[in-house]
Amino acid sequence: MFTLPALTSDISVEVNSSAKQSEIVRRPIEPVGKFFLHHAQRTLRNHTWSEFEKIEAEKNVKTVDESNVDPDELLFDTELADETLLIHDPRDWKTADLYAAMGLSKLRYRATESQIIKAHRKQVLKYHPDKKSASGASLDQDGFFKIIQKAFETLTDPTKRSQYDSCDFEADVLPPKKGDKYDFYEAWAPVFESEARFSKKSPIPTIGNAETPKKEVEQFYGFWNRFDSWRTFEFLDEDVPDDSSNRDHKRYIEKKNKAARDKKKTADNSRLVKLVERAMSEDPRIKMFKELEKKEKEQKKWEREAGARAEAEAKAQAEIEAKAQAEAEANAAASAKADKKKSKEAAKAAKKKNKRAVRNAPKDAAYFGDADKADAIEQQVGLIVDSIDDEQLIAIAEKIKADSSATKAALQEIAQTLSSSDRVPASMLSYFL
Amino acid sequence: MSSPIIGISFGNTSSSIAYINPKNDVDVIANPDGERSIPSVLSYVGEDEYHGGQALQQLVRNPKNTIVNFRDFIGLPFSECDASRCESGAPVVDVNGKAGFVISRGEGKEETISVDEVVSRHLNQLKLAAEDYIGTTISQAVLTVPTNFTDEQKAALKASAAAVGLNIVQFINEPSSSLLAHVEQYKFEDDVNVVVADFGGVRSDAAVIAIRGGIFTILATEHDKKLGGENLDAELVEYFAQDFQKKNQANPRKNARSLAKLKANASITKKTLSNATSATISIDSLADGFDYHFSINRMRYELVTNKVFSKFSAFIESVIAKAGLDLLDINAVLLTGGVAFTPKLSSNLEFLFPESVEILGPQNANATNYPNELSSSGAALQAGLLSAYDADELAEALQPIVINTPHLPKAIGLAGANGDFLPVFLPETSFPVQKKVVLKAATGDLLVGVYEGESFIEEKTVEPTPVEQDEDDSEEWSDEEPEVVREKHYKLGNKLIELGVKGVSKGVEIIFNIDKDGKLRVVAKDLKSGSTVKGEL
Repeated sequence: MFTLPALTSDISVEVNSSAKQSEIVRRPIEPVGKFFLHHAQRTLRNHTWSEFEKIEAEKNVKTVDESNVDPDELLFDTELADETLLIHDPRDWKTADLYAAMGLSKLRYRATESQIIKAHRKQVLKYHPDKKSASGASLDQDGFFKIIQKAFETLTDPTKRSQYDSCDFEADVLPPKKGDKYDFYEAWAPVFESEARFSKKSPIPTIGNAETPKKEVEQFYGFWNRFDSWRTFEFLDEDVPDDSSNRDHKRYIEKKNKAARDKKKTADNSRLVKLVERAMSEDPRIKMFKELEKKEKEQKKWEREAGARAEAEAKAQAEIEAKAQAEAEANAAASAKADKKKSKEAAKAAKKKNKRAVRNAPKDAAYFGDADKADAIEQQVGLIVDSIDDEQLIAIAEKIKADSSATKAALQEIAQTLSSSDRVPASMLSYFL
Repeated sequence: MSSPIIGISFGNTSSSIAYINPKNDVDVIANPDGERSIPSVLSYVGEDEYHGGQALQQLVRNPKNTIVNFRDFIGLPFSECDASRCESGAPVVDVNGKAGFVISRGEGKEETISVDEVVSRHLNQLKLAAEDYIGTTISQAVLTVPTNFTDEQKAALKASAAAVGLNIVQFINEPSSSLLAHVEQYKFEDDVNVVVADFGGVRSDAAVIAIRGGIFTILATEHDKKLGGENLDAELVEYFAQDFQKKNQANPRKNARSLAKLKANASITKKTLSNATSATISIDSLADGFDYHFSINRMRYELVTNKVFSKFSAFIESVIAKAGLDLLDINAVLLTGGVAFTPKLSSNLEFLFPESVEILGPQNANATNYPNELSSSGAALQAGLLSAYDADELAEALQPIVINTPHLPKAIGLAGANGDFLPVFLPETSFPVQKKVVLKAATGDLLVGVYEGESFIEEKTVEPTPVEQDEDDSEEWSDEEPEVVREKHYKLGNKLIELGVKGVSKGVEIIFNIDKDGKLRVVAKDLKSGSTVKGEL
């Protein structure tokens, strides 16, 4: 064992550069072997050691990757999936998990024929009674080996395998519990995948994802609503006694089996229908499509009713306008009426005023010097005032107002007009005629 | 998939071909006769051409038209060719200053073939065998050559190969190739010095190779063109001939055909004795109508051939001496070539070398069982690596600037607590190089002293521990001679860098780095805190 001497002085790096190295010798090396080729590579490409090591390491990694292990082997169980199989009664082999016995519990119905043969060989090598007896067990302890053989027999026969697969409830994937929160696609995809194994038809559409177009989603549910299953339940049949001693009993059992099978099949079908219904009801895409459809309908309706709506709107507008106009008119009328009344009253007041002014005019003019005839004058002026119309009144009132001296002449003029038009008899206007 | 590049080991006596199969294993290719080690022999009978083992059989009946041991002649002027080695087959003649062969193709027709053409035909046969085996056309190969092959010889080989549509991507040295194949299968933990000894049929080559961080450097080579498996055959033939003469008063050496028969059978017997402890030789009408039958055990065989084996041992010692190394500097001896099958070779070497040296022959569990296929396997491995490169990249990688690298003359390492020395870089380490030393047990304040180290051999004389004097055994086991134990040690040389590391609790990691200019960088890193101390020289 080589040991390094202990460090006595405090040296970190000391290079004896004065040391005369012995003369080097140049010799040809033999151009053979991989080490020479590596050397050549390093020399020609001027790689340093670390660079070269890196390149070589990369190469090595690749070669390891390329080494091939049988890909099937990786899919087999490394250990027995169910330890209780070892003590399972081989007479009850039908109740045993045959795939687990074969070490195919991960593959189940997906296992190909060659995989089954390989797995069987592997299991036989491990569990053969000869092998077991070599390690001390008695030769009678071959129950599990019998199950393996039964499993092999069942799984390599296509008919028997399809019957077994039909009743392989271990491979069923249960739908998510109601009320739980889950990702629809993640939770339901394996459910449909496991159900799809019974399909008579292919290809089988996949559940897709949130972006799957409507047509495909509809196709998917269409497929599942019309699902054609080959699932049969013969495997669960009660054993038919094969002795011919009791034919009736045999027939009875057969009949019973058939009935049970049909019942199971019906139950299975309805289970599937319910399953698909539930999936459909939970499918966020279906909901989305429904909502979209509703919206679209409304949109269409909206568009369709656009004309009528415009009409109604116009009508309402017209109504409003008419109403406003009527109101305005009414207002105007009312105000006009009030104005009229006012002017009437004003006119009345003016008339009264004019009448009074006219009646009082002779008095103001001191009865034109004829004070003795004052009563007659006043009587006749009163008569004139009452007889003339408004215009004449206004005119005479204006005249009198403008020139009180001309009152008599104005009154004479009007009396003349009245008597000539026979509205007042001339006799009653004697003063002014 | 593009056609693979094959590796060809082309020997004087036998050749072999290999390639990396799709499973990434080295596959040594057998020819249609099922021979993985294909004799480098061509034989002509009339229009027909025979190759490999079938041609080798012709050596008895049709020696004049059977071409053997031709590899070493390629690219050499005729004057330098050793004609004696072709004595048993078609004689080598001068063709335009080069070696060639004159063979008859039946009915008085004669064909003069230059050695280039012979090599072409041989390579073509190998190529056909490989194509037959792999199922695709082959156009590229890595070819192994002895370390002393000249550039002209390589050029001639390349031209011969190109003549049959085979492009030689790279020539690699036989010892490096064999070592590469060995290292691929049985890794050396540390940097080591290895003697690669190739004992072929007619020649022997040895090289001392230093492996430093996976890179090979040849320190010395040695060649013996007259030493090989045939020397063993010759000893055996002589032994059998004497025995036969004694029994039958007939000399099988006088008659070329008898001699050829005897040689062929002696060779088979030799090979059998590598695996079994006894073998029989049985030849009908060996000479003068006398049959020959003899049973020989391995012990007898080893005695008969003792002289040759000591030559082999001496040969290996000579190459180590040439490299300027001591036996203790060697960590392993890798035996390749056909003779390596012989157990005696390994046991002799085990006796010669100290216990620390591993003799990597077929008897060793840590070495291949087919030492004659190492060379081609190595070529195939190299071919497999090169398939990821294109011609330009390869040419770039083979530039002198890449290949000629500086090497450390002396070891560099750490000084220990008791004045001991832990070599990190052994002598002959080519740089740039980087190495990591992790001392997990180190705690407290530590001094990291980096020194040059010098090795020396210490010889100790160990007095054997006095065994309890047992009355009966004392006389028989008088192994009382003092034993000399030689050990390799290092002493501290020049001090280079000292680093102080404080408060280490969970060990230190020391990274040594020498860049291409010879600059030494030492970084000590506390494994717990991650703090580092750097020194540069």
